[in-house]
Amino acid sequence: MRNISKIAAARLTGRGGAEFPTAFKWLAVAKAKLEKFDRPAYIICNATEGEPGVFKDKHILRYFPGEVINGIRIALEELGAEKAYIYVQRKDLNTIKKRLTPFIKKLPIRFFAEDGGYLCGEETTLLEQMEGRRPEPRLRPPFPTEHGLHGCPTLVNNVETFYYISQIVKDEYRHTRFYCLSGAIRNPGVFELPIDLTIAEVLKKTKNIPRCKFFLQVGGGAAGEILLPDETNRPLKGAGAIIVYDRAKTKPQELMTRWIEFFFKSNCGKCAPCREGLYRLREELKKAKPDWLMMRAILETMRDASFCALGKSVYTPMLGLLEKV
Amino acid sequence: MSKRFDLIIDGKKVGAEEGETILKVAWLNGIDIPHLCFHPDNTVRANCRMCLVAIKGERALQTACSTLAEDGMEVTTVNPAIKRDRKFNLELIFGEHVEDCPVCVWNSRCDLLKYRKQYNSKMLRFPDRKTKRPIYEFGPIVFDQTKCIDCRNCVDICPTEYLEVEGVGSDIGIAPSMDRKKDCIYCGQCVVHCPAGAIKSQGEYGSQAALENLLKQKDKTVVVQFAPVIRSSIGEEMGLPYGTIATGQLVAGLRKFGFHKVFDTSVAADFTTTEEAGEAVKHIMSGKNLPVFTSCCPSWVRFIEYNYPEYIKNITSVRAPEIILGGLAKTYWAEKEGLDPKNIFMVSVMPCTSKKFEAQRVEMKINGLYPVDMVITTRELARIFLNKKIKIANLEAEAADMPFGDPSGAGVLYGASGGVMESALRTAYFRLTGEDLKDMDLFKEVRGQAGIKRATIKLCQPVKTGRGECVEIKAAAVNGIKNARIILDELKQDPKKYDFVEVMACPSGCAGGGGQSLPVNEQIRKKRIDALYAIDRGKKIRLAHRNPEVIEVYEKYFNTEEKRKNIFHTGFGQKPKTKIISRKRTKADGALHE
Repeated sequence: MRNISKIAAARLTGRGGAEFPTAFKWLAVAKAKLEKFDRPAYIICNATEGEPGVFKDKHILRYFPGEVINGIRIALEELGAEKAYIYVQRKDLNTIKKRLTPFIKKLPIRFFAEDGGYLCGEETTLLEQMEGRRPEPRLRPPFPTEHGLHGCPTLVNNVETFYYISQIVKDEYRHTRFYCLSGAIRNPGVFELPIDLTIAEVLKKTKNIPRCKFFLQVGGGAAGEILLPDETNRPLKGAGAIIVYDRAKTKPQELMTRWIEFFFKSNCGKCAPCREGLYRLREELKKAKPDWLMMRAILETMRDASFCALGKSVYTPMLGLLEKV
Repeated sequence: MSKRFDLIIDGKKVGAEEGETILKVAWLNGIDIPHLCFHPDNTVRANCRMCLVAIKGERALQTACSTLAEDGMEVTTVNPAIKRDRKFNLELIFGEHVEDCPVCVWNSRCDLLKYRKQYNSKMLRFPDRKTKRPIYEFGPIVFDQTKCIDCRNCVDICPTEYLEVEGVGSDIGIAPSMDRKKDCIYCGQCVVHCPAGAIKSQGEYGSQAALENLLKQKDKTVVVQFAPVIRSSIGEEMGLPYGTIATGQLVAGLRKFGFHKVFDTSVAADFTTTEEAGEAVKHIMSGKNLPVFTSCCPSWVRFIEYNYPEYIKNITSVRAPEIILGGLAKTYWAEKEGLDPKNIFMVSVMPCTSKKFEAQRVEMKINGLYPVDMVITTRELARIFLNKKIKIANLEAEAADMPFGDPSGAGVLYGASGGVMESALRTAYFRLTGEDLKDMDLFKEVRGQAGIKRATIKLCQPVKTGRGECVEIKAAAVNGIKNARIILDELKQDPKKYDFVEVMACPSGCAGGGGQSLPVNEQIRKKRIDALYAIDRGKKIRLAHRNPEVIEVYEKYFNTEEKRKNIFHTGFGQKPKTKIISRKRTKADGALHE
């Protein structure tokens, strides 16, 4: 339990975007393992990374494969888990496998490759797909920590989270995170910087202060929040993306169409508001003059009523853009 | 005992039991929280998102169907935000549902229309997006994707996993499986569990015109028979309370429509019982082909034929009552009345979609004729009565026509799971002990709504001694194919576990049949069944073999073994997978057939 205390003391939160306190998750798995002692426990490292503007996991796997494997090893040992899986996109499997295999050695770590996409950032969807069913979210409770893969206690953490677990256990954690910068800037890329920097400071430190009139999308390139320059005086939340848009060159309806197309392709079809709402939003955006009032009503319904975070989160960027830009 | 506690719903203090959902607690307390994808017979999936409620202390709205009630919880079922969400959600759902209300199994009593009124939803805010989707036809079932709201109740209830979700995202659709291991058994549970009326049986809404044409033909004698459970469920769409026994009014209504003769299928059930008890006793005594499986449920027969052909030999060769009555009408009765069997047209009113298929099986033919020419469901008859303004609630009760008009109590039980078994045991008792059963509750273990009911019955001759020549019958009455699989698995382990097994594919037996009126749930099925047992209790003759009509026909007509075999018995065999037709929607799909 020593390592869990360390993780708790470091106040590490999940870096997949949901920012759930990592130590809580680990404790829940440890507890479930005690209650279901006759069942194995599983560790899953989520490396699907499906949202536009988010590309830090690939960066971490490329430059720090040893750290990630070390993080998974710590989880395996700490939680007495039987096996760990690294869930990757099918197209990335060979590259990632080649890089990680030298570090895996005899550890019980396997790869699982599928085209889960964005929705598999949602951990129960990922589990459904790993069990060979349609990739759709499960009802919670029960939570994956107690009833995860094949009904066994399961820990699902993001690549970046495992990277920092390794750092924390080695007492090397300096409260940093990975920022993905892209868009209308000179110096795009992935940067590891302190967690408490404001977004303005991140832009400054990475030599990325835009010259044009701009607005930002932060957290993710589809579901991320829209910020105006005077709203950047606060730290970044969510999945670590900072995307800069040139106001003059960005047509809001086009940008919305891009997001909605992405959500439309990612949606699983399970719940009515998301499945139908995205269809109607997409149809409306095809029109020269969309009915913004009706779109707003659909978005509000989707935010309140959708089954999982995909449908709930469409509201944030869309309303941000409608109201601010 | 599980824990009880109080919570507050809409300002009202209500009691709840640990493990109950908010939706259930609200329902038990008379608070209707809108829901479409929830059905008490199914698992909770929380797909439709109509049952959103606000819980004090929770930031986001929660679905009442999937959230457990907790001690001290404060729930609000309607507020302005919830109202708006339900209104727009319902409008989105209407956008995937082509409204064909005049030809819908819900008969305009569906929840979509109910909630539309409550939440002021515009049915046509969004143009129907699924008009180009396929309509699938397989066996007697018609699945119309242009009406499907993707709630997946049908996928959940389908006993053979034949209905599947295909596609992703907004393109998902429910479709029949192409998998050769799976086939439809025509039970129609998908029909009665669909909140949107997307599924119906073949020929619904065409039957009235066909019958009216037929009645115009001077040379035809159009005979109708009605299944046991019709008498306690036909009232549902006629404004009568659930479980009303309306036998006499039903007969009167059928005559008013114009049928020339009205027979009661329950009388034929008495013949089935008499034959089946005989056959079962023969098998049990000889130990051959045990256990004996009942054959009354065509979906069960089809399930065995397709999935477990090794058990086909175990299915009793005795025909289902409906077919027997058709056979008797076109032989014995035709002779008696001096009619040409070719001019007798037999219509049966069944709580069942599968009977439409059974009536057309070539194995059912007797002397080259189909015993039953047309099968209509409970729903179809209700619709005919409504169209013709035949208000059976206001009609004087009339007796059905003799010689097939007065059943024993046992014959009526066929509409309930365990009823065939109980009827057969009552008669088997006589066969094995030489005495008539006196305690009519002796076999009550096979009654009730449980999915599997097991009983071991010891019968001795003479009864009183409890010694001497005794036979033990290990019996099981099963409803639901999922439960039947359990029994079949048990038999694989221990082939001698049962001697006599009754299986009905639908929950609670025919009372919960796929041809019955909507809605349906456990409470409604119970009321339909309770009425049948009440009829049995009130009957003077409660043993099938004591029905005077049965005795007379056996004495007068069945003087040769060949005649008996010809009318009462048939055979079954392995069948290929049902052909699936996929077609586009036409104008005719939305209109009543003229």
